Amino acid sequence: MTSHAFAGKVAIAGIGATEFSKKSGRSELRLAVEAVKAALDDAGIHPSEVQGTVTYGTDTNPDVDIARSLGFDDLTFFSRIYFGGGAACGTIQQAALAVNSGVADVVVCYRAFNERSGNRFGAGVQGRAPIANAENAHLASYIPVGLLTPAQWVAMAAARYLYSTGATSEDFGRVAVADRKHAATNPKAWFYQQPITLEEHQASRWIVEPLHLLDCCQETDGGQAIVVTSVERARDLRQDVVIVDAAVQGSAKGQDMMTSYYRDDLCGLPEMGVVARQLWETSGLKPSDIDAAILYDHFTPYVLYQLEELGFCGKGEAKDFIKDGRIELGGELPINTHGGQLGEAYLHGMNGIAEGVRLLRGQSYNQVEGAEKVLVTAGTGVPTSGLILGKDV
Amino acid sequence: MPTEFPDHSDALAKLVGEPSGPVELSPEAVNSAMIRHWVEAMGDRNPVYLDREAARAAGYRDVIAPQTMLQAWIMKGLRHTLDLEAARAAGTVASNDANSTMMALFDDEGRTSVVATNCDQSYVRPLYLGDRLLVRSSIEAISDPKQTGLGHGRFATSLMEFFAVSNEVAERGVSAEELVSQAELVGTMRFRILKFRPGTGATAVVAKPPRPRPAITEDNAFYFEGLRAGELRIQHCTDCGTLRHPPLPGCGSCTSLNWDYVLSAGKGEIYSMVVNHYPQVPAFDYPLPIGLIQLDEGTRIVANLEGDPESWAIGQRVTAEIRALDDELSLPFFHHDDMQED
Repeated sequence: MTSHAFAGKVAIAGIGATEFSKKSGRSELRLAVEAVKAALDDAGIHPSEVQGTVTYGTDTNPDVDIARSLGFDDLTFFSRIYFGGGAACGTIQQAALAVNSGVADVVVCYRAFNERSGNRFGAGVQGRAPIANAENAHLASYIPVGLLTPAQWVAMAAARYLYSTGATSEDFGRVAVADRKHAATNPKAWFYQQPITLEEHQASRWIVEPLHLLDCCQETDGGQAIVVTSVERARDLRQDVVIVDAAVQGSAKGQDMMTSYYRDDLCGLPEMGVVARQLWETSGLKPSDIDAAILYDHFTPYVLYQLEELGFCGKGEAKDFIKDGRIELGGELPINTHGGQLGEAYLHGMNGIAEGVRLLRGQSYNQVEGAEKVLVTAGTGVPTSGLILGKDV
Repeated sequence: MPTEFPDHSDALAKLVGEPSGPVELSPEAVNSAMIRHWVEAMGDRNPVYLDREAARAAGYRDVIAPQTMLQAWIMKGLRHTLDLEAARAAGTVASNDANSTMMALFDDEGRTSVVATNCDQSYVRPLYLGDRLLVRSSIEAISDPKQTGLGHGRFATSLMEFFAVSNEVAERGVSAEELVSQAELVGTMRFRILKFRPGTGATAVVAKPPRPRPAITEDNAFYFEGLRAGELRIQHCTDCGTLRHPPLPGCGSCTSLNWDYVLSAGKGEIYSMVVNHYPQVPAFDYPLPIGLIQLDEGTRIVANLEGDPESWAIGQRVTAEIRALDDELSLPFFHHDDMQED
């Protein structure tokens, strides 16, 4: 595989977010509009210059409503990516493809929701009307049985991972401790100044065995937007340029939506393997080149899987890799320096991309000194995506 | 439609803080005969209630009454209560004190059932032989309507303040109200009741809803039809013979769209499992163990595990029992494979 045509030619020029809360008191559309406006302001681009939009298939905010709210001019590109949080980095890939092919000069990617005060994903899908279509028929295997929530779907794989690798719940807990440690020093994080100990993780109540409460991400109200344009254009704008070295999507054989239970084993995320293969091949980089990683953390177990799939360690070795603070600030591979979705906010992975940008601009509250390459991943257990972002040199 | 009842929130709010009724004086002084009956009934062998020497050794100036008798000294006896109820039923007694008014308002709201929920006593000093007790009662709190397990009701808390005077003072013929002003506070009691509408409790209101329904398409209908017929069906490619589950229109092994099904014997092994705790969906019982079962035929299926969640572990052998939950939905439930016990 050679490099993707857009690699190194497209940049992230702006990031913007609302506050992250449990009750925004505003409409989801208002959150989206605020985030998009903030991201454009951050870049120094007027809304009338936006030509393209990308969001998630699950986002409820029509791009045309945002366009009318902010006075966008003509749009030549509008796209959506499905599979929940798996879309996150894929939105940047869509934008990169559009920008590099000349379809649109400035593309805004966004995600906004009242995921705590409104429709809570953690509440489960039992209320879904049994309308006859394939998406609902997929859930027919799980709804009548009571396997209803993302935590439960992940736990089924995680239990097998523990059984097969000899990892323990404490190994999941180390991910939570690292996230919360980083959130504790990020004033934008919901859990600012609230670190946890491994003992507190172990003592937190069961949500679904083998997952404790503190293995689970937050539910958040908020919005996050990212502005993508060409490297050339970005160099004339307000912020230090962050280059998209690689942006890829991945789905793998036997892929299912959250319940890929019928593959040979449950101890991998082959779709993240597809992402990893492309990230390394198209960027020409290798794991040791990465200074920090933002690994999608809706639930802690899949962070271990990702470390293995991405090649930071061997299969089944993540439990040893994460020991002794290796994934904490100051360690060999700091992850989720914003606090992750357990600590900062659950924005379906979009806030993780923003943190990647901040690390390369030197703007993170938990700055990794001299960071030049940051890897970001999207939702796990679903068709997913990934990024390698680099400093402009 | 349930019967519509009036809402007396405003009238009830005005009663809070009001005296429940007149101040009452105990019929007799604290005495050793009643104490003896009480401690014998309770099986309380503490000597300080009857033996003066033991009481003094324990630091009291004389024998004391058991603290929990606080209210017993005020009670007027069963005959008094029965006579009062008969008089009320006959309409020969007007009950217009705050407590009676409150109870009548509760009844009018449809809350005709009652249960005592809490009784908290606190003691200021021990009661000695010869103390005459007075009680002043008031309505301390009335809750907003709440759905409780027993029914839709309101909680009401009465505050009873107990005072003591010497027997001589009590016999001077002064009114009980006046005696209270010269008396010493010896203890308090808060008594809370729930007045509720009969038949509106948890079992009556929240009958367990049926399990949520699966979406049925032309692709998966055979599977659920099979369960209703008592069969665990596995989709089977008629071209290459590969089995597959969950159902799909095509074979991932050979791309054929031709299929039928085979019947599973319902035997297998737990490949993975979870125990659900939260959120708790009313259609299910928690903790809810769910297994990913590796069927002996080769496919896997997600299904409920029967019995004690603690008894399950990955690798255990299981057997399916297909059970109808209602006319529409049947599911396989897995239990421990008895053969494996040997």
